[in-house]
Amino acid sequence: MDHFTPLPALIGGCMIGIAASIYLSTTGRYAGLSGMLRSVAFPGDPDRRLDALFLLGLFTGGLLWMLPGSVLHHKISAPPLALVMTGGILVGFGTALGNGCTSGHGVCGLGRLSLRSLVAVVTFLTTGIITVYVVRHVMGLPS
Amino acid sequence: MKYLSTLLCGLIFGFGLAVSQMSDPMKVLAFLDVTGDWDPSLLLVLGGAVTMTVIAFRFVLRMPRPFFESSFETPPAERITSRLIAGAGLFGVGWGLAGFCPGPGVVALSSLPLSAATFLAAFVLGSLLLAAIETKRTSGKDAFTKANQA
Repeated sequence: MDHFTPLPALIGGCMIGIAASIYLSTTGRYAGLSGMLRSVAFPGDPDRRLDALFLLGLFTGGLLWMLPGSVLHHKISAPPLALVMTGGILVGFGTALGNGCTSGHGVCGLGRLSLRSLVAVVTFLTTGIITVYVVRHVMGLPS
Repeated sequence: MKYLSTLLCGLIFGFGLAVSQMSDPMKVLAFLDVTGDWDPSLLLVLGGAVTMTVIAFRFVLRMPRPFFESSFETPPAERITSRLIAGAGLFGVGWGLAGFCPGPGVVALSSLPLSAATFLAAFVLGSLLLAAIETKRTSGKDAFTKANQA
């Protein structure tokens, strides 16, 4: 178990949950990020402006952490671009089909005790784990 | 006020994603790599987040209406369909390949601009692909509107 960071994980997680809760209490909407991204990328959604604002906040919030603390951070990296691209297409397709991602089903869906979301979460965690296993340990690809 | 609070919520959410390192794809993959050098940190991220929402949603949903809106949005019907499972399954595969999911993808634009932008562009493409397939089946709505209704 290398690099286990329980405290930042817990703190960050709680912030995410709090943000989603405040969002629900103020706008009455669930913070489902895949839906927000699509709403901004494609025309026709009445809540487009709201979603764009949330995403702007998201980006800025991340920046607020990354900039000052950059001296404390280890260098972060990403998987090979080919995997990122393929993965991205599947994430776009899958979240549209399944109506949500880790924030929609995970944070919000489980928050409202939805069995449907629980099924979704268990499913994507399972296929995610299997995928990494196959890519890293069966195919031996760097990822 | 609705717009201001939305921006603020996004800020807190994004900050939380960065602090928890969910916007670090290698951290995510280390969590999904259960047979390798397993890093269970993400479990605590989800655990922390869901603990908050399970508690807070209970109170929030008892309100007659949200603060800046007339009503709460209706969540989708509680039906477990093959579509749900297929979608979640495919999302998981993509997540395991890219190490990103939608929110972290946006947050990572500042730290891994090329990878994050590639991911987000691919996300849009994937959404369009589904919309195009579904438009072939139904008539009337164009792919863009369809993609928005997902």
